[in-house]
Amino acid sequence: MKAAESAQGKAGFALFEFLYKYGTLITILLLIIFFGMMTDNFFTQASMIMILRSISIVTIIATGLTVSLAVGGFDLSVGSTASVANAVVISMFVWHGQNIGVGIAASLAFCLVIGLINALLVINFKIQDMLMTLATMFVFQGVALTYTRGATVSQNMIMPSGDFATGTIPKVFGKLGSVPWIIIIMLVVVLLVHMFLSHTKHGRYMYMIGGNTEAAKLSGIPVSKYRLIAYLMSALLAGLGGIILGARVMSAEVNAGSSYLMEAVAAAFIGYSVLGSGKPNAFGTFIGAVLIGILSNGLVMMSVPYYAMDIVKGSVLALALAITYYKRSN
Amino acid sequence: MSKLKETTVGRLEMKGISIAFPGVQALTNVHFEVSAGRSHALIGANGAGKSTLMKILAGAYDHYTGEVAIDGKEVRIRTPKDAKDHGIQIVYQEVDTALVPNLSVGENIMLEQMVHGLKGRHIINWRQLHRSAKELLERMNIHVPTTMLVQELTLAEKQMVLIARAISLQCRFLILDEPTAPLSQSETEQLFQLVRLLKTKGVGVIFISHRLPELYEICDDITIMRDGKRVAQDELAHISQQEVVEYMLGAKLDGQFPERNHKPKPGHGEIWFKAQHVNDPGKVNDVSIQVRKGEIVGLAGLVGAGKTELCRALFGASQSAAGELSLGGKPLRIRTPHHAVASGLALVPEERRREGIFVGESVAVNLTSVVLSRFTKLRTWLSPAKEKRASAEIIGSLGIKTPNEAALVRNLSGGNQQKIAIGKWLLADAEVYIFDEPTKGVDVGAKRDIYELVAELASRGKCILYASSEMSEMIGLTDRMYVMYDGRVVKELDTAVTNEEEILLYSTGGMMI
Repeated sequence: MKAAESAQGKAGFALFEFLYKYGTLITILLLIIFFGMMTDNFFTQASMIMILRSISIVTIIATGLTVSLAVGGFDLSVGSTASVANAVVISMFVWHGQNIGVGIAASLAFCLVIGLINALLVINFKIQDMLMTLATMFVFQGVALTYTRGATVSQNMIMPSGDFATGTIPKVFGKLGSVPWIIIIMLVVVLLVHMFLSHTKHGRYMYMIGGNTEAAKLSGIPVSKYRLIAYLMSALLAGLGGIILGARVMSAEVNAGSSYLMEAVAAAFIGYSVLGSGKPNAFGTFIGAVLIGILSNGLVMMSVPYYAMDIVKGSVLALALAITYYKRSN
Repeated sequence: MSKLKETTVGRLEMKGISIAFPGVQALTNVHFEVSAGRSHALIGANGAGKSTLMKILAGAYDHYTGEVAIDGKEVRIRTPKDAKDHGIQIVYQEVDTALVPNLSVGENIMLEQMVHGLKGRHIINWRQLHRSAKELLERMNIHVPTTMLVQELTLAEKQMVLIARAISLQCRFLILDEPTAPLSQSETEQLFQLVRLLKTKGVGVIFISHRLPELYEICDDITIMRDGKRVAQDELAHISQQEVVEYMLGAKLDGQFPERNHKPKPGHGEIWFKAQHVNDPGKVNDVSIQVRKGEIVGLAGLVGAGKTELCRALFGASQSAAGELSLGGKPLRIRTPHHAVASGLALVPEERRREGIFVGESVAVNLTSVVLSRFTKLRTWLSPAKEKRASAEIIGSLGIKTPNEAALVRNLSGGNQQKIAIGKWLLADAEVYIFDEPTKGVDVGAKRDIYELVAELASRGKCILYASSEMSEMIGLTDRMYVMYDGRVVKELDTAVTNEEEILLYSTGGMMI
């Protein structure tokens, strides 16, 4: 009796292991089949490209978050950081008439400062990363709002002085936000971060710090330095996401980046389980974003109203978290 | 054992207690008895089984064999509640685990009454609660406001609160598990006054301690344990410190330590690693040590003597530590472990699972963690082939039992994990190796491997600092040793002309009074 039970338990565990490893990929496959049968034009090339385009900004932001997760951190301020980058890059063009290089450089410089602030707070005050970045998330959101005076920044906007803004957004900049460049940028980011985390010494160190900070410290790994680098990378990639967002909509809406936070977290946590890695990883994050993208695009095609979409996305995140933590407790 | 009181009234007896855990026979047929109104010392080396025995008495285990009797009548003690119902209370060494820090002193003292005494009621009578708690504290001569939060108390006060809780319930026998280890001299004195007070009220106090002198100050009787057996019981006045130490050690184990061929002659060879005036407030007090090339220097001392703290201070792992270090005559500046590793130091920490290994990573990742740069191209790109080759070599030479180098360390046994914690430093080829209790929780076979490894490192001219509370390891493995007590080095001993008794005597502060 007992032997039978334990054999059953073992089989159950093996099944869980299998689903843990391949569950995400299988789900994606099933969703594609499902939506393909339920809608007319899901299988078209245009639809596939649309999905990739729709997930590109989330994916870029989520890979940044993934790096912060790798060192055992959690950068909740990525959405706000994207908002700041978005506002800065568009304002550089519209308000200050700068060229594309200066615009992007200024925007990324802002993000580096944000990353530095996050890192210093988290490292020096030994506050839980998630709580600290929850606070800075609001601070940076406020910074973005204050900077734009709570208004949408776009070409020909009315300035506080009453004049129209004279600057224009460079045409080349707009290219960054359209197919194929937006997809190419996303894929390059995923590839680079994946290489960094999995194939370099620095990535290895980050995973070690995330796995056991004390042991990493006693192995002579400069823990604070790598946590700093992780937060800088996280802010930079979030900023890149915000810049691409600006290129996509050619304006800086109020709080445009913050809506990406939840999806980025979901993508990163779904990514833990992809191919059984059990760790935050860039490739898995990409797959997570694909899953969310297919789900939300498919549901839109099935005429599920946009305002019900958060229910689905939130549930997916809850499921991903449940699987990750259940696996960890085993 | 008729020297103790003969009446059965007010007497607690444990008869023929045996208990086994997977792989270990922890206690074998142990007898123990304590009388009301007397204090009884329970002593033994680390791992002798005294804590296990007391946990059985406190109802922490239910799978032992043997019998417990109070007042001559057999009682059943299988759960903590059984023990409490019979008036047996225990104050564990880790006081913080038993207290709720964000509640007041009064609530903590009356915790049991708040949990069990409020059945069917929902409203707490705060005035009554604080009044009862205050009365208790006054009876014990402790002056702490009952409304103060426990997190604001000193360690000694926390202990007092726990004792107050114990006697707030029916308390006939009180077990104090190494209560004085974290206390200062005056705090210890305060505790002793309390113990004397409890004795006059007819409480039987069982006192576990490593510090011999204080046992003589406070205890009437003594039971000495070794290897899960009782080896002596007597009135304390009939037995000398020297005899206690001899009973604790017993016969020595031979043949498990490796022969060393390149043993340096005492006092010869170049002094290579030197640490002077190492201080870490509250943990390490002005320690100066030196190690020659090829020498194994022991850091002896009991648990809590400050060995781990010294090791961490030397390795830059404690931010509050300060001291002057030098290697080969050159001064070292070590503020973080990163500097220490770069300067040629290696530390195998005591808590290997928490501090030494990455359980979620593969064997190879663990082994190459210290010198990862060597397994990269352009100091950046990892080279799995090189990592694989190097880890296969270490796996072979240390005899690590693992299916392959890609297996997760989580799935290996404790001994093999310890070998990995050590093995990763072999690749580093450091000059100074600091071992902190490297054989803790490791089986006999793996122990032998570790000893051989340490000896081998020494024969290659490395400086070895070996911290352990096992006296036999000090004798069997080291050339020279420093004995620590209370954060200080109290004695330097030459292994060839000392013995376990002498080490233990200094370790327990024995020669200090």
